Amino acid sequence: MNVPTDLKYTESHEWVKLGKNNETATIGLTDFAQEELTDIVYLDLPKVGDEIEAGTECAVVESVKAASDIYAPLSGKVTEVNQAVLEDPAIVNEDAFGKGWLFKIKLADPAELEELLSDSDYEEILSEKESRDEDEDEEK
Amino acid sequence: MSTEVQLKRTSLYESHRRLGARLVEFGGWEMPVQYDGILAEHNAVRTDCGLFDISHMGEVSVSGPKALEFLNHLLTNDLARLGVGQGQYNLMCNEEGGTVDDLYAYRIGEQEYLLIINASRIEMDVPHIKAVGASMGFPAGELQIEDCSGYSGAIAVQGPRSTAVMEALLPGVSVEVKRNCIAWKSLAGENTLVARTGYTGEDGFELVLPAETAVAVWELLLKQGAKPCGLGARDTLRTEMCYPLYGHELDEETSPIEAGLEKFVAFGKAAFIGKEHLQRQTLSGRSKTLVAFRMSGRSAPPRPHYPLVVGGESVGEVTSGTQSPSLGVGIGMGYVSPICATSGQALEVEIRGKRFPAEITTKPIYRKSR
Repeated sequence: MNVPTDLKYTESHEWVKLGKNNETATIGLTDFAQEELTDIVYLDLPKVGDEIEAGTECAVVESVKAASDIYAPLSGKVTEVNQAVLEDPAIVNEDAFGKGWLFKIKLADPAELEELLSDSDYEEILSEKESRDEDEDEEK
Repeated sequence: MSTEVQLKRTSLYESHRRLGARLVEFGGWEMPVQYDGILAEHNAVRTDCGLFDISHMGEVSVSGPKALEFLNHLLTNDLARLGVGQGQYNLMCNEEGGTVDDLYAYRIGEQEYLLIINASRIEMDVPHIKAVGASMGFPAGELQIEDCSGYSGAIAVQGPRSTAVMEALLPGVSVEVKRNCIAWKSLAGENTLVARTGYTGEDGFELVLPAETAVAVWELLLKQGAKPCGLGARDTLRTEMCYPLYGHELDEETSPIEAGLEKFVAFGKAAFIGKEHLQRQTLSGRSKTLVAFRMSGRSAPPRPHYPLVVGGESVGEVTSGTQSPSLGVGIGMGYVSPICATSGQALEVEIRGKRFPAEITTKPIYRKSR
């Protein structure tokens, strides 16, 4: 599973790329999330100027099959929304860590950065999840 | 699984695992929802050939000298029209005209019929069918009803290339077995029922075979390049065609008339269960009617239970909805008050508190360009 080392992560499978002096952040969905969701057909993203609060639902991603919430990794004010993914949500499937970014924020509380996962923490969560799935399969 | 209930598995379960399927619960069964992705599978069926494991569906055999009389009382369509080797879509109603199940009935012998019923309804249908049979008081031996669901496998082969795929296994089959017909054929050394039916809007076949040979036949079909498809694509395909799904468009409180299925209700035949109520609905009206709609612009896909709104008033709710892979817009079906049910009527679908414009459209929503 692709987990870039220059990003921070959440347990709910969002990624965060911090800007200069940790004042701003770009937010997206991880490769794991896009693969689980498959065929993304619609995104409901916050608008520029919206205030989002860490840990709460701030956006919705829709695959053919289901709607799933996206949680704000950090609190802040939305400064930019990726128009390209609104037009063509499949970009998130194709390039989740690059062109498939979702929106940018200006951080409200840099102390919240402590709560984010490092790439190795996130990778561990993914591998635990994988072995748990295998155990479940064996039980069946 | 965190649930305590043991899910049933079809004989193709190991094949699904090997093909990388994502498995979900459906009607008490552990079934593939998708393999590589719903869009790719949907498109394979529209343009090439897709395979579906439909072994979860139930099969009930009805035979004997009184089989026809019994079925014409039990079901809404006229089974007297069926020659041997022909099939028809049917509704099974309760006395109030509500739908117990929707099913396919095939006449597979002079006095022998096969009913293909929904997996989720087997436990309701079988006792209902047997109780109706018992209530008719035929002499012993004149009517046999047998639930064969446990030992039958079933595979659907669907799409424009399904004829070529089936011809490779059974030369001549696409000429011999016409639309809605059924024939016995030998596949993998066992007797197999081959029906020219489906649930996708494409040409195709449905095979009912012993669970033991399902794997061998599935493998033969995969070798022909048919793409395995899950319930996700099955749902988008049938929604584009406006085929009802039991539990969504049909239930015990909803009649075939309300669901727009009157052409499968043969009022001309003698009394059948639910007839009076259904007749009354066609004459003096119904309280709700099923419509198909498509979103007018970009929106989140409509989903079941989203409110349908006309002129600011809620007029019903979505029963099935999705992003149409063929059309690239949100589509769906839902029940509304009959006064709102005209094609071209503007309505709105309420999605997470916001209303998005849509338009009632004729069925099916998707039509193949020929």
